[in-house]
Formats: sequence, structure tokens, C-alpha cells
Amino acid sequence: MTVLTGPRGFGPDVEAEILLSRDTFSIRYDMDRETGVISRRGHALEGCSLAGKIVYFPAVQGGVAAGWAFLALVHRGVAPAAVIFGRTNPVMIQGLVLAGISAMHRVTPDPFTVLRSGDRVRVSPARGVVEVVR
Amino acid sequence: MRLTDREARILAGEAGEAPSLALQQQIAVGEFFDAEHFVPITNAHMMGDMEVMGDAGFAFVESLVKHGAAFAVPVTTNARCVDFEHAAAVRQDPALVAREAALVAHLKKLGALQVDTCINYQTVYQPRFGEHLAWGDTGTVIWANSVTGARTNYEAGPAAVAAGLTGVTPAYGYHLDAQRAGTLRFEVRCALNDYADWGALGGIIGRRTLDYWKVPVLAGVRHAPAGDELKHFGAALASYGSCAMYHMIGVTPEARDEAEAFRGAAPEAAHVVDDAALAAFYRTYPEDRPEIDVVVFSGPQLSVLELRRIAALLDGRRVHANTALLVTTNFANREMAARLGYVKAIEDAGGRVLSGVCWYIMEPAKMAAAFGWKNVLTNSAKIANIIGGYRLHPILRTTDVCVEAAVSGRLPARACLA
Repeated sequence: MTVLTGPRGFGPDVEAEILLSRDTFSIRYDMDRETGVISRRGHALEGCSLAGKIVYFPAVQGGVAAGWAFLALVHRGVAPAAVIFGRTNPVMIQGLVLAGISAMHRVTPDPFTVLRSGDRVRVSPARGVVEVVR
Repeated sequence: MRLTDREARILAGEAGEAPSLALQQQIAVGEFFDAEHFVPITNAHMMGDMEVMGDAGFAFVESLVKHGAAFAVPVTTNARCVDFEHAAAVRQDPALVAREAALVAHLKKLGALQVDTCINYQTVYQPRFGEHLAWGDTGTVIWANSVTGARTNYEAGPAAVAAGLTGVTPAYGYHLDAQRAGTLRFEVRCALNDYADWGALGGIIGRRTLDYWKVPVLAGVRHAPAGDELKHFGAALASYGSCAMYHMIGVTPEARDEAEAFRGAAPEAAHVVDDAALAAFYRTYPEDRPEIDVVVFSGPQLSVLELRRIAALLDGRRVHANTALLVTTNFANREMAARLGYVKAIEDAGGRVLSGVCWYIMEPAKMAAAFGWKNVLTNSAKIANIIGGYRLHPILRTTDVCVEAAVSGRLPARACLA
């Protein structure tokens, strides 16, 4: 069942558990780039590993570190399976494209109204849809 | 995306495998953001150092070298994580230093100009109005778009490398007229007397904007800002707000008046920044204790004029035995400042003038652990913003307060907020 839609995204279809964040995302400020674990004190996902998950962030912050960081996560085996944004910026997408990680943005409705962390979903960037897998 | 004949030939591999792969990545990014075509760029500025790239990025650059790739347009390098001359003195990891040297060698083989500066716009290349660029480092981007009227998106390391290889970048975002219209109005009523105040203003506006696609418009700025003031303002606005452009009425070239800044549309929202807002911003950086472990002037690298001011404020005095003083600039400015006597003045006082680096990418958490530093006093709002993520206590204060604290080892009573 389709729960989220957005413009055409990047990358192949991916199926995994979703992790929803109410807080914004910055690679340099929020994440331990060695482990892929959210490390910033007080972040909604503090202590959560992004490895293998489809992750949702409402918005992003910060600079160009994201450009290389996703590729590094892939090499360490701790990369997310896909990343979904409300609003994103170019460096996040440049980094995800380099790393070959699927990505979408400008999804509607608010994922918190239709999904919970732990739900199993399939992201289909080419069609611009996110479906719940029951 | 529509491709020109030249781009189609690059995609087909006629220029080699690396440019073809680069163009494929640029098409993926361009289509994600609805770009319809590419624009030629005059040059690229890339963030590429081991701190930000890691082993995976290193391997990527190494593979480009093995493929015989070469940049098609001039590509300059941003500030990096190691000052090779001073690495041992600031106790940087020898393994990192060796790896950084190997990376620099690879980048030179690709044809990069190793200028290692985040103030390329002050010292290396001044773009003209309307020129298309592919610049990385957010501070360089916001300067190019806002102050010179050139056009660039945030181009992260791999994207700047791709643009360097192909000579083009996808036409979306700040390359297009529509994206450059002001969207939020900020009435500036506060007094701005120091670089730190300008950084704080950038921080305040950034925290309220928090969106790459929004363009703040500043009205009411009381005095025409100097270049270094705009540098601190823009770097902070980009750091706190992820912003790539602003307009300042009567100051920046696409904002001769409000109608031009907003392209005739009404602002989405209007805010006021007054002295109380500025004071409240400083209060988000209270001291943990009055003793100061390290004073940092960096982020962005210092101009010759800023170096002159630090030297003058030190006024022949010594930095306190329990406090370190670090200053970062680029090679050109260090050389000029050395000729002018400012480097000697700072070094004689016990400070260090590092070049080719920016402090926040020099593995500050490790450096702090090696020296036993717990807090950092700085006049850079950008540094204050970033350093919290490294679990060091950031304290933002004006330039004169920073120098006074470096000399006395303590934050002066008038600058204590806790």
C-alpha cells in the first residue's frame, strides 16, 4: 500500500525497516562517521544506527561533509539502505549518488501521520513512492 | 536532461572513462533537482582532505589517477586538515599526516591547484557577476552568490571533482534566476561592532531560516560592511542555516532595493534582529568556567587585515602559560603577513599561525585530548557552532575579548555570562 509520494528520486528500489526522525540531519554535527550511529546529544535518533535502515529526516543542516561521508559508510558496511527527506540540499544528494544509496525528497504526507519507526517499507525512487510491506 | 554534442560525447566515453562516470553522476543529481541542462563553469573549488574524505574518498581519488583522469577546468583546493610544517607541534596523528600527503600528491596528478584555502574569493580568484562556478565549502558558495553575483550551488567534494572533470555543472538551484529571489525579510536593528557580532547575526538568521532553498534579505544594516565582516556573516549563515545566498539591501549586487531583492514578490515572513536578539545569541555560548584552554581564530581563514588586528591587539604581550592561541590562514596571507611583521608579532607572543588549514577539520577532538583542552574561545560563530558536535565547550566572544583572554588566561569579567 502506497503511503508516501514524491517527485522521482534516485537509485534502485529498496525494502527495509524505516527509522523516522523528527530532528534535522547533519553528517558532521549529528553522526559518528566511523559507526553510522547518531551521536549528537539530544538528537531524536541519538544512539540509533542507520545501518541497513531506510531513514527519514524532515530537513538537513550543515555543509559539504556529506559529499564523501555516505561513500565512507558504504565501505564500512554501516550505510543506510535509503534516505528520505522532507527538504534536502545538493550535498546530501551528491553524496548519496556517489555512494549509490537510494534517495527521495519532498514526500507527502508527513511520514509521522502514516508510519512508525520499525515498519517495513519499500522505497521506489523511480516511481516516487514509498509503500508499506505487510 | 538535454545534452549538448560535447556532453553527449563525454557521456559516450570519448573523453575517457572518468569524465563519463562523472557526467553520469551529475545527470543523476541534476535530474533529482529537475535540471533541464548543464552550464559550463569557469572553475571548481573542491573540499578534499582526509578528515572529510576518509579511506573511501581516498580510494575514489586514487582510482581516478589510475584511470589517467585530468581536470578540464582549473580546480582549486579548500582548506585541509593538516599544516605539514606545524603538524608535530599541534600533535596531529602522524598516520593522518602521511595519508594527507599522499592525497595531496594524487590531487596534484589530477591537475588540482593546491591552494588550500576557504577564502579563495579573497586571495585566489574573484568571479564576475553572473559567472557560473562549481564551488565547495559553504562559505565560498555564499560569498560567490551573494557578494559577487556569481552562481553556484553547494558542490561537495565529489561533485566539484565531477565538475572539474567535465567542465560543466547541472543548471538547478542558484544557477537559475528564480532561485535567487529573496524569500525572508530580516530587519537588522542591532549594532554590529566586531567580526563576532557579524557571525552572530549570521547565526541568528541561519537558525531562523534553516533551509538551503530560502534566501534571507537583510534590510536596515547601519554601516556598509567590510569584506571580512561579510565573510564572517556569510560563513555563519551557511553553517547555521545551510543557506547558499542572501541579499543585503544597498550592499549586495542583486539587491539595490527591496523590490529587486524580492523580485517584486512579498516576503514569506518578516523578522527583526535587535540588540536583545544578539545578546541572547551570545548567551547560548556561556563559559563553562573563566579559565580558557585555547583561543582560536579560524573558520574562515584570516585575511591580512584580520592578522594585522590580532597582532595589534596582542601589543607585545605574551599569551598566558595555561592558554594556547591558534590562528589559521592560507599560504599567501601568511607570507604577506610575515613580510608585514604580523606573523612575528603573533609568534613572539606565543601564538601559532597555521596555514592551509581550518581548525575544525584538524581533528579538534583529538587535538583537545592531546593538550587537555576542555573549552574553546573564538570570535568565529561558525567554529562555535561546529565544535559543540566534537564535545568541546565553545565560547563565542568579540575579537578583543578573545585576545585579552589569551593573554590573561581568563575570560575578562565583563565578558562572563554564566
